[in-house]
Amino acid sequence: MSTLELENISKSFGEKNILDHLDLRVNDGEFVSLLGPSGSGKSTIFHMIGGLYQADHGTILLDNEAINGKKGSISYMPQTPSLFPWRTVLENVVLSVELHQKPDKQKALEMLERAGLKDYANAYPHELSGGMRQRVAFVRSLLSPQSFICLDEPFSALDEFTRLEMQKWLLTIWEQERPSVLFVTHHIEEAIFLSDRVLVLGSKPANVIKEFTIDFKRPRNEELTLTQEFLEKKKEIYQTLRGVLDD
Amino acid sequence: MFRKSFLPVSVIVSILIIWELSSRILAIPTWILPAPTVIMQEAINGWSNYQHHIFSTVFLTVSGFAIGVSVGLLIAVMLHLLPKIREALYPLLIMSQNIPIIVLAPLLVIWFGFGITPKLLIITLVCFFPVAVSTIDGLRHTNPELIHYMKMAGATKKQIFTKLELPHAVPQMFSGLKISATYSVMGAVISEWLGANKGIGVYMTLASSSFRTDRVFVAILFIMILCLIFFTIIIAMEKIILKWHPGKEEQ
Ligand SMILES: Nc1ncnc2c1ncn2[C@@H]1O[C@H](COP(=O)(O)OP(=O)(O)O)[C@@H](O)[C@H]1O
Ligand SMILES: [Mg+2]
Repeated sequence: MSTLELENISKSFGEKNILDHLDLRVNDGEFVSLLGPSGSGKSTIFHMIGGLYQADHGTILLDNEAINGKKGSISYMPQTPSLFPWRTVLENVVLSVELHQKPDKQKALEMLERAGLKDYANAYPHELSGGMRQRVAFVRSLLSPQSFICLDEPFSALDEFTRLEMQKWLLTIWEQERPSVLFVTHHIEEAIFLSDRVLVLGSKPANVIKEFTIDFKRPRNEELTLTQEFLEKKKEIYQTLRGVLDD
Repeated sequence: MFRKSFLPVSVIVSILIIWELSSRILAIPTWILPAPTVIMQEAINGWSNYQHHIFSTVFLTVSGFAIGVSVGLLIAVMLHLLPKIREALYPLLIMSQNIPIIVLAPLLVIWFGFGITPKLLIITLVCFFPVAVSTIDGLRHTNPELIHYMKMAGATKKQIFTKLELPHAVPQMFSGLKISATYSVMGAVISEWLGANKGIGVYMTLASSSFRTDRVFVAILFIMILCLIFFTIIIAMEKIILKWHPGKEEQ
């Protein structure tokens, strides 16, 4: 079981007020997306959850325990794959475990197999394609001993085709494991396709201005993105975001 | 491999042929410039006379190189982990390289005598610097994205150093090692000039004072061969250790 709750979080860098009394909650086994324009402070939220920055105000609760300023409480996947070039794929995916306990190579190999990366276990990152590197990074975060996963725009550097492949792949893996996920993106369709809930972030200073519940049944597949209901959700969210940008 | 070495080899062969022909046609006296064949003859016939000099130099070079590299790495790690000390000592480190070794050498002899200590010190002085500077650079320029990931994953300072910064600095460290390897042979020969009873440097001094120019060239030949061998060993080690490294075309 794993839940995350941000209560009344504020953060400013010098004069710049980035987050203002932000509240959000991710329930156990829930996939929640944070949708907001670039520079609205999405990564900053993660950095505070990860303990790199202290919030000026408010509490961060993981499983109802305050983790303000505590490093390494969540499993994290950054925007770039951030793999270590001198480690093989297998050695890379166990890195996050290795920092806290003795890694279980067998479990890692099983996970790689499920991710379709079995044949690449002994390859080095520079031998993989961009999409494969992201998959390795995701397997690494799944293997982390921390059960709450934070993904920071993991697919934004990929081309449109690879991006769609990766979204479908992520869904299959996620639907098997059902970890609690907080997913950051600035891509509306991606947010709807993957999430149980989408939180739209207003900017300067950022705050959750609207929440959308996405109750399309799972497992989901690509056709969903072409249905009327999907397009309506997209339109609704788009208009909310437009409002943010026009302010 | 063959194609790559073809050009330099043919240049060397041409130079040797021109050298050989001109010494014969112009009848240059052997004590001024011996022909390559004369040098080769001395290299082959004199082997039993000079081989102990070579082994002595090899021993000196390897020991000096090992000490110099260890000191260099130690300094690099220390200065990296203690930024305050780096600020204070880095300029001093650079300055230590502005003093020509030839000037420093007699001082070292005065302080430490003619034994092996001043010789090892000289080699250490020329060897530690390239390794130290390149390793410090490698440590400092660790990919910030990777450091960021490690911090988010809850890595301790020690884990960031051993699992990230240190392996990250290895390719840089090797570029320093290659320079140090060739410097170490030079350092050994210079240190032998100061006073020793064995070594290529001694053999060279004896040869030049008795106008055996062919032997001076034999000494030069062996210095070059030693440099090449050390360099090749370092490159081979680099290939094995950096097998993960993407090729140049991808960098
Ligand atoms: N360490 C920092 N110091 C000062 N300003 C920062 C720092 N980190 C982020 N910011 C500022 O905070 C704002 C939000 O950044 P970020 O959280 O990266 O946005 P997003 O991830 O939504 O694109 C930006 O204007 C950025 O310049
Ligand atoms: Mg960001």
